[in-house]
Amino acid sequence: MEPDRPLPQPIVPESKPYWDGLKEGKLLLPKCGGCGHIFFYPRILCPRCQSRQITWVQASGRGKLHAFGIAHQSFNRAYKVPAPFVLAMIELEEGPRMLSNLINVEPDPKVVKCDMPVEVVITKVTDDVSVPLFQPARAADRKGGA
Amino acid sequence: MKALSNAACIVGVDESDEIGILPQKSQLALHLEAVTNAVKDAGLKVADVDGIFTAGQHSPALLGEALGITPRYVDGTSVGGCSFMIMVEHATAALHHGLCDVAVISHGESGRSGAGVTRSRDTALTGQFEIPYGFGAAPTNFCMITTRHMHEYGTTLEQWAQVAVSTRAWACLNPKAQYRKPITIQDVLSSRPVVYPFNLLNICLVTDAGAAVVLTRPDRARDCAKKPVYVRGMGEATAHVSVTQMKNLTFSESTRLSGARAFAMAGVGPRDFGHIMLYDAFTSGPPIMLESLGIAKPGEGVTFFENGRSTPGGSLPINTNGGGLSYTHSGMYGIFPILEATRQLRGECGPRQVPNLRLSLVNGMGGMLSAAGTLVLSNER
Repeated sequence: MEPDRPLPQPIVPESKPYWDGLKEGKLLLPKCGGCGHIFFYPRILCPRCQSRQITWVQASGRGKLHAFGIAHQSFNRAYKVPAPFVLAMIELEEGPRMLSNLINVEPDPKVVKCDMPVEVVITKVTDDVSVPLFQPARAADRKGGA
Repeated sequence: MKALSNAACIVGVDESDEIGILPQKSQLALHLEAVTNAVKDAGLKVADVDGIFTAGQHSPALLGEALGITPRYVDGTSVGGCSFMIMVEHATAALHHGLCDVAVISHGESGRSGAGVTRSRDTALTGQFEIPYGFGAAPTNFCMITTRHMHEYGTTLEQWAQVAVSTRAWACLNPKAQYRKPITIQDVLSSRPVVYPFNLLNICLVTDAGAAVVLTRPDRARDCAKKPVYVRGMGEATAHVSVTQMKNLTFSESTRLSGARAFAMAGVGPRDFGHIMLYDAFTSGPPIMLESLGIAKPGEGVTFFENGRSTPGGSLPINTNGGGLSYTHSGMYGIFPILEATRQLRGECGPRQVPNLRLSLVNGMGGMLSAAGTLVLSNER
């Protein structure tokens, strides 16, 4: 399978559970065993209380598009998704933000709006690597309220 | 903290022999040209320099070796483009304590041509969490700050464009500026889209350039060639690296902290300045910096660029060298605003000279509003 995007690398030990989870179709987030703070990106301590007791929780996959850009060119030869494509900052229901792409949407600022509800689409890039992409939340999910 | 106010002054500034598109010059050559030119501007000799401060690919040790001197104080702080502004604070502290007597802050970057450049960056986090989604170049990150600002405050593309128009008006008066033809809001809106909300004219240039700043203590400055420019206040901070880690995308906490310290040290308020130099990698940067510094209310930074306020002859001139948008932007732009503020305070700026100037504000960011440095400069103590 020819990847359409640069593979995540180098995967560091503290983020291995995150990437392993995605391979199994789950979006896992690090959670502090001390104060309960859920954060992203993975690191060996909690950025709120500095506890080193880190556990993992499965995210709902729901969130909001916090901010975005629409790229009219690729900035990396290994990123082969045709432009224009949507660069997305997702604010997950659990609190943390992550960068991703918004897919299955017209790449047009009239359609793509900050705070629009989104849901994760865990997408296989190679047999070993999956990444969390996001799409506009389907109407049925919106009622649940993200 | 007050002890550092006026403890050092800027006595020499200059660019490399040329700035622009210079494939024939390595970035080490750009450094060495800038240092020798700035030292000459100060009326000093390279052999007088005993403190070297630089950010980027070359270490201060390499600059010392290449210049043929043995510095007894070095600093290679590298937190993005504002590192050179932060180094004015570091140099002032070192000079104040006698750790060095003549400090040089140097920048050289072959950002356009890549002459003498080696690629080495820490990619552990971006490689995992940004690059796979097509992020990379600065516009792919700064667009986030910008669309969020538009969402929260209703800021328009026309308002961001006004920043480019104002800055270009100044560039027209600077013979060293890369672009010297006036532009309109419509020119910005119809330039090539790069990453929404940025078209090409919303984004800084990519050039090859060097620049250096020489500082010493006021007692030593008496022997220098030109009237000293005093560093009355200074501040620095870093708040995050990735845009995802900002508490509030539309406000720079590091900018606020660096400004608050600089203003307190100098004994001035945020509205006391007759001239402002801000780091303009993108048209949305300067307005958000004005808001974060407390000069503009949240969401109102863009109004400082409207109705000719910030342009030649306006009530509050901003980015009078033509900025990163139109004068030069080699990559780590932060040293160039210091050059311009110094020249303005000396009265050397010819057709773009701001009249009767006493107090200039220099502020810039590193990364994505991540780090910040603020300087309050004056031609009187």
